[in-house]
Amino acid sequence: MGNSFFTPLSWNDTGFILTGVLNTVTISLVAIIVGTLLGLAVGFIRAEANRFTNILLGGVLDALRSVPLIIQLILFSTYVGAIGHPLDPFVTGSIVLSLYSMAFMSEVFRGGFESVHHSMATAARSLGMSYWQTVAYIRLPIGLRAVFPSWLGVALSVIKDSALVSVIGYMELLRTSEQLISRTQQPLEILIGVGLFYFIVSYPLSLYGRYIERKMAI
Amino acid sequence: MIQIQNVHKSFGSLEVLKGINLEVNKGEVVSVIGGSGSGKSTLLYCINAIEKIQQGRIIVDDIDVHAKSTNRDKLRQKLGMVFQQWNSFPHLTVLENASLAPRIVLKMGRKEAMEIAKKELNHVGLGDKFDEYPTRMSGGQQQRLAIARALAMKPDYMLFDEVTSALDPELVGEVLDTLRMLRDDGMTMICVTHEIAFAREVSDKVAFFHQGVIEEIGTPEQVIVNPRKEATQKFLSKVLH
Ligand SMILES: Nc1ncnc2c1ncn2[C@@H]1O[C@H](COP(=O)(O)OP(=O)(O)OP(=O)(O)O)[C@@H](O)[C@H]1O
Ligand SMILES: [Mg+2]
Repeated sequence: MGNSFFTPLSWNDTGFILTGVLNTVTISLVAIIVGTLLGLAVGFIRAEANRFTNILLGGVLDALRSVPLIIQLILFSTYVGAIGHPLDPFVTGSIVLSLYSMAFMSEVFRGGFESVHHSMATAARSLGMSYWQTVAYIRLPIGLRAVFPSWLGVALSVIKDSALVSVIGYMELLRTSEQLISRTQQPLEILIGVGLFYFIVSYPLSLYGRYIERKMAI
Repeated sequence: MIQIQNVHKSFGSLEVLKGINLEVNKGEVVSVIGGSGSGKSTLLYCINAIEKIQQGRIIVDDIDVHAKSTNRDKLRQKLGMVFQQWNSFPHLTVLENASLAPRIVLKMGRKEAMEIAKKELNHVGLGDKFDEYPTRMSGGQQQRLAIARALAMKPDYMLFDEVTSALDPELVGEVLDTLRMLRDDGMTMICVTHEIAFAREVSDKVAFFHQGVIEEIGTPEQVIVNPRKEATQKFLSKVLH
């Protein structure tokens, strides 16, 4: 990108910005959906498993949660690149971000499953329901309700964290805006606009989460 | 008929049931009384195979409950159970609470399941609560819901584990009335209870549990009015005063 002359932000940039928006939304959705599904499975296993399995799984999950996402992204893309499979930044980003959100969501869902007292499951079994029917019709729906606000919180932070995928070259909103900034030298307007986008997406959702939480507290 | 033959049950090294023998015939009401920790709840849990046994046999209508080949999910359809804690399903309405198991276990159509659930809910006096969520109801109403929910499976036997113990005193009556009604319908029931007057009134047989054995068994007249064993006399004088 040549810096010899700057061109101000114009309506012609809309398409470029929209691509960034779209890519941010796409990778966030992928990570939230994959992270939720894997998180559900892992959270369930953790709620049911014995101590030994839990210590093993817990170690892996702790690592995923405590190593900063940006380091995981760089490590993963460098490592996978090094063994001769250069991956598309979108694929790398999706994998890392999905695993990262899985690590948080599994704890949320584990808490959900554990919040359903085992006497509830016993009551269901006494009606003739099988183990899996009890999971599907009783433990899962009750547990999910209990942790919905926390799940929403994790999903929102995944949307914000997706900005970090820019470091491995994925053209999401932050990276497109960086390129626009270097061309236009208008960082203030652009960054405020980008910030506003995250705010507009996040704030209503977090309000909704708080509303649900209040409603459940009654 | 339920036949309990020389049943032993331990939790780790703690032997909780030490050779229980009991027969419950069709249409009979058997009350189980006894001190805390004497194994009353454990026996009910063993009857519907929520807990395993270490020795002996429990036979329900010719089905050996603890045999390897027994389909226990299917067996439990014969045995309704109601617990001290009512365990209403909080995410379902009253009608859905009572129609869920008929729908997914008995594979009934939605409409048929609803019909049966409504009938049982009417029966226990919850006919005006179909669309209510159980968390908005009193303990007595939720306990009656638990009874209707079990009855909707058309069980042949009902097991009650201290179903009034967690209720506020003013709500006990409505639940006991529901049990009386079931007895009058001819339901076969085993009631673990601390309500001695109630046990005396409704039971054909009363079994007094003491430290994992049936210390004394007989008619209410024999066991509650004229107990022969010292442990029974002690227990009764404690709970009746
Ligand atoms: N899951 C379990 N694991 C270990 N011990 C248990 C378990 N369930 C019951 N026990 C023990 O078994 C004994 C009998 O318990 P049980 O619940 O059958 O007594 P109970 O006669 O129903 O008493 P209560 O009137 O207090 O309900 C108690 O000592 C109890 O601590
Ligand atoms: Mg008990």
